[in-house]
Order: sequence, then structure tokens, then C-alpha cells
Amino acid sequence: MAIALKSFCFLHLKKPETDFPVGFSSKKATIISVKRYTSMSASAIRTSGAVSISETFKKLKKQGKVALIPYITAGDPDLSTTAEALKVLDSCGSDIIELGVPYSDPLADGPVIQAASTRSLARGTNFDSIISMLKGVVPELCTPIALFTYYNPILKRGTEKFMSIVRDTGVHGLVVPDVPLEETEILRTEAKKKGIELVLLTTPTTPEYRMKAIVDGAEGFVYLVSSLGVTGTRASISGRVQALLQEIKESTTKPVAVGFGISTAEQVKQVAGWGADGVIVGSAMVKLLGEAKTPEEGLKELENFTLSLRSALD
Amino acid sequence: MASSISTFNSSNLLFISKEQTNPSSHFPSNIIKFASFPSKTTSNVSCSVTRDTSSVLPLEEHTKVENGSVLLQRPDSFGRFGKFGGKYVPETLMHALTELETSFHSLAGDEAFQKELAGILKDYVGRESPLYFAERLTEHYKRPNGEGPHIYLKREDLNHTGAHKINNAVAQALLAKILGKKRIIAETGAGQHGVATATVCARFGLECIIYMGAQDMERQALNVFRMRLLGAEVRPVHSGTATLKDATSEAIRDWVTNVETTHYILGSVAGPHPYPMMVREFHAVIGKETRKQALEKWGGKPDVLIACVGGGSNAMGLFHEFVDDSDVRLIGVEAAGFGLDSGKHAATLTKGEIGVLHGAMSYLLQDDDGQIVEPHSISAGLDYPGVGPEHSFLKDLGRAEYYSITDDEALEAFKRVSRLEGIIPALETSHALAYLEKICPTLPNGTKVVVNFSGRGDKDVHTAIKHLKL
Repeated sequence: MAIALKSFCFLHLKKPETDFPVGFSSKKATIISVKRYTSMSASAIRTSGAVSISETFKKLKKQGKVALIPYITAGDPDLSTTAEALKVLDSCGSDIIELGVPYSDPLADGPVIQAASTRSLARGTNFDSIISMLKGVVPELCTPIALFTYYNPILKRGTEKFMSIVRDTGVHGLVVPDVPLEETEILRTEAKKKGIELVLLTTPTTPEYRMKAIVDGAEGFVYLVSSLGVTGTRASISGRVQALLQEIKESTTKPVAVGFGISTAEQVKQVAGWGADGVIVGSAMVKLLGEAKTPEEGLKELENFTLSLRSALD
Repeated sequence: MASSISTFNSSNLLFISKEQTNPSSHFPSNIIKFASFPSKTTSNVSCSVTRDTSSVLPLEEHTKVENGSVLLQRPDSFGRFGKFGGKYVPETLMHALTELETSFHSLAGDEAFQKELAGILKDYVGRESPLYFAERLTEHYKRPNGEGPHIYLKREDLNHTGAHKINNAVAQALLAKILGKKRIIAETGAGQHGVATATVCARFGLECIIYMGAQDMERQALNVFRMRLLGAEVRPVHSGTATLKDATSEAIRDWVTNVETTHYILGSVAGPHPYPMMVREFHAVIGKETRKQALEKWGGKPDVLIACVGGGSNAMGLFHEFVDDSDVRLIGVEAAGFGLDSGKHAATLTKGEIGVLHGAMSYLLQDDDGQIVEPHSISAGLDYPGVGPEHSFLKDLGRAEYYSITDDEALEAFKRVSRLEGIIPALETSHALAYLEKICPTLPNGTKVVVNFSGRGDKDVHTAIKHLKL
């Protein structure tokens, strides 16, 4: 039996008040294999916490690597598992992690993420509890996090306040799928003030002139939606993605990550081969976590899956 | 007699006096400097976006006129009614929405289309619907001294399928055909819009898929059967609360996925632009006929218009024609369910807060976390946690008034009107009729009141049986 070790990064923390001693181990003895991938330098010691999303992409580009961007829904099966899952993803080769805020009416999400949101909300997950969880776990992570949320929860709190709260947790990015380009200005302004990068989405139905405006305004990366539809695993990824990637890259030097539907190592490799700077895998991850018999089993499967995706990209 | 009223037009201007503008706005509003309304679809998206938090009104889109009142476009070129409305949907839908808007505007000027639509409204739907003087209801509201208002009912219940819903369904089906879309999707709560959509799809030979909350399917089983009989596929929605809001979300998801082949016939004046405007225009025939009929009957205008409000389509259909007539009172009646303080109601405009739902910024019922709550009303058609953005706008402007009626009050009105006029109203309509109890005592003698009789109540007898001991 392999020696079970909890692997994590050694950090100098920015905020003295959230001082965790180096070598902190969680109450749950999560069994994670010793094989630990680092996308940064070979040395395990880092002098700062996660860097921004754009910085992350810059570093990866220098190394000629494609970013692995998993997505999970907060609070499914529960928030402490989410915290553990973030750590697993962090240590198993993720370059950026998207964390979904569960919402009652997720228009852009398919059945897997819908179900995860419903389960999470039924357990009593709310924005405040997610923020609490993040405050506890982000200091332990090297990977930058982007919050994926619908617009209404942002409006409820007021955009400025929302950005402040989010920034205080150390989150680096934001994806809001139901805000049209024309209205992202206000979000971007407030996000920028707090050093949060607002990712924008472009899709196969977006006309060229509009795509150009989107890539112009996007920060962190450009999110290319791979197909017409909502989130959810797909048997194959449309070849249109390759052409779209080319088109986008002619308009911008910003990194482009492809998401929606990507669920296997083969698909990850395929999309990376088409020129994507990053690959986003959501429903497949959410399914593993949410449908596992126990949280521990889910975390184990998550780890294995993430590692397999990582090696497909390497 | 052929109606000489043009079916719809696409220029909508609202005169409002300066005093009516609401100076307080803590809410961000974004304004796009587009070309003049109606917008051209190839408009340059790289135009600047400005944010104006000091006023509700988009500054660039109104012009002052002499008497100090302000001309306001409803909606502006981005689909906003003041700060309400907009297009809060995934990017995948933006192109389809633009395409829809362009088609809609070009059809406004298309005589052949207008003629075809008018013909269908007349011969298939059965328009013009009568404006009926409710003699016994009027008698009922007479005060001891013999004074009281005169009650008229605009008989949308006499339309084919028994409600106003068909006006919009028929027009959108025609629009879909012109767009070359062969597959139609729709959401439905009570089933009336679903039935109307299934009806027009049968009439035009289009594939029809209706999304309905699993809970709603149970309480409106008769309508489910009707839809299937008409050839539609009814898909149960189990996610979320399994009611109208979830069916709407699912319909939007289907549209996101199938946007190239599919047209989404949204059933109310809610949703992303251009729907609130389009659906209003397709129902505006109600108000236009009313004006003509009022002139014929008493040589004047109505003084008070009353309509029930769920999403708000029948109300906007009646109100729209008269929004610029400041001497006409506009009253919307929502569902108070078990009571406004019970937490089980659908009184969005009274108890809601501003947010984004199904593509539009509007008042909506939400909890402290910004999650959309499940509303309650005995009438499935009013059981929606949002409301059309134009209603939110008219409310904030003070142009329209909104009240609410409980389940019990609606049931009383259901019975009362059945007995006094021999017309069984839909439970939705019963809310508007129930409000007569509250308002009639306050109205001067001879006030002309028009209630939009939005639907008939045959579909509601099963619900009524459970509640009424007869």
C-alpha cells in the first residue's frame, strides 16, 4: 500500500490573519497518491499564493503547455467535500479551477450541473457559506479560482459589494454566463477595481463582429463554448471548434479555453491539438463527485480522473 | 366585418410628465448608444456603453417636448423599459434574438403578413372579441343611492381555445414559418399557452414540444391531454420546483441547444428582448378593439382598465393602447395566494425585488440569497415568480397600479360572476374580477370600467370542485 500523504503547497500567505502553519493537515485523512504534479517549477516551495489567471496562462504558454481547467459545483455533495475537492484538483495538475455557485434557475446548464445545483441548494448551501468555505481553503491552494455564477445573485448583493466579498476570499476570476456583452462593462469595471478578471464567453452562433468585441473585452481568458447548447457531456466535440479557435486567434493574442461537453481524456487531447490554450471539463467532474456512493469515493475518482486528463495534456 | 385595425406596429412612444420620473435608482442601468429605434441588426457592437445611475430613464433615448413631458421609447433599442428588460441570456441566443427582432420589425411593415394575420385572427381565432356590458355585475356594484360604475367585460374567453393566449401564439407561429423554423417549443404553466401553441402548430403543420412542470402536469391533466391530442409532445420538467419557472428555464435551454432549427414561442411579455415587445404587440389588438368598441358603445374611452397579471400578457395587450392616455387608469391584479404575509403568493410587483430572471431584468420573487422562490397561486397561470419588465416599468413610473387578490377572493369571484352573468371565468381572470369588489365602491357614478376577461374557466372546474361547496 502506497504511503498515504497529504500533498499541498508550501506557501507564504499574503494575509497574516489567516495564518496556517506550514504542514497543516485536514481532519479528514484524504488518501492521495504521492505522485504529485506541479505545473510550476520543480521546487515545491512557492513564495506566493496563486497568481492571476492571465499570469497563469502566460507561464503555461512559455512552457508550451495547455491549461487544464476543471469545474465543480460548490456544495455538492456538501461544502466540506467541495473544499477537499478543490485541494485534490489543485494538487493533481489543474491550472485554473472553476467553482460554480449553485442557482435555482441555471439557464446555461444541462441536467448534470442542474442536479448538482438542486442538491447543493437543498442542503442549504448559500453564497455566504461558499465564501466561508473559500476563505478557509483558498490559502492552501496554488491554483487560481474563477467563480462561475449567474447574474441574479450578483445583483442581489450589488455588484460592487459582490466583488469586494469575492476578492476577500482570494478568488481571481469570474464567469457570468447570462450577462450579455453590452452589459459586461459594469461588471468589468467593478471586477477590475478588485483585481478580478472577468472572463467572457463566445459561441458558435456569435457573428464575427460580435466575437471581436467579446475577445476585446475578455480578461483572464476567452471562453469558447464548444457547441450549441448547455453544459453536459457530449459524445464528440464538433470539428467547428477548430475553425472557431483559428478565427478567434486571428483576432486576439489572449488565451482561449474551450468548454462545454468535454469529458474524456481523448477529447481533452483533441481540443488541445486544435490549438486551445485551455480545456474546461465540468459535467464529467460534477458527475463523479455528485453521484459517488460516498464523498471519499467521489474524491478518489476525481483525483484519478484529473490525473488522467493531466497526462493526456502532457 | 373585417377589422381595419392594423395588427401591430413597431414604434412605441410614451409621453410621461416630468413629475412621473422616479429619481431614485440605486440600481445600475446600462445604456447603449445605438442608432434610433427600431435598431438595425448589423449595428456596431463596439459602440460605447455608458452607465447612468442618476436616472431611471435612458438619457439618450428621449427627447423633450414643449409642455415639459418626455417622449420615451418602450422599449429602447436594447429592449429596455427604463432600467427593466434587456437580454440576460447565454451568448448562444444573442444572434437568434437579434434575428427575431429584425424579422419582427420588417413584418410590421409587411402588408401581406399583416393581411394574413388579420385573416387568421378573424376566421380562425374568432376576433373581434365582444366588449360586453355586464348588466348584473353593474347592478351588483350599484350603491344604495343607485350610483355606481358601469362594468364591461372584454371577452377574450370567446377566442378559439378559450383565452387570450392564442393571439400571440398564432402570430409567432406565422413568424416562425417566415423564419423557416419547423420546430416550435414553448413553456406552459396552466396549459393554456401550451394548448394555444399546440393548436397553432397543428394549424400550421409545425413540430411542437411543450415544456411543463411535472407538478403542473398533475394539476392540469386535462390540458396535458388536449396538447397531446393536438399533436404536441409534452415534456415534464422535474428540475427545480417542477413548475412554470422551471419549464421556462428548460425551454430556454432547449432553445440554446436547437436555436438554428427552432423557434421559441414564449407565452408572455417576459423573457429577453424582443419577446416582451413582440408579445405585447401581438396582444395589442385587445386594446385597439376596446378603444373602437368603447367609442361605438358610449362615445368615449374607458376610465379604468383592470386585468390579471401573471407574466402580464393579457394586461399589456389591453393597456398598451391606452398607456399614453393619462386619463385612463391602468390596474393590474396579481395573485396573493394564501395572503401577502404568508410567503405563499405570486405578488411579484408588490413583494418582489428587482433582479434578472429568464432573460429580463424585472421585479421578481427571490430569497435573501438571490435564489428564485417558488410562488403560489390557486391559478397556475398567475403562478410565476417574475413579471414582464414593462409592468415593472409602468409600476415604477406610477403609470399603472398593481394590487393583489387571494385564492379565496378569486374563488368567490369565480362563483359570483358565474352566477351573475352566466360566464364562468378562468381562475386567473377571477383575480381581476375579484378586484371589482375593492374598487367599485370608490368609483364615481358612471365610471366606465373594462375588465379583461382573459379566459374561460372550464379548465378550472376540477380545482374549483375541491374548494367550493356547491
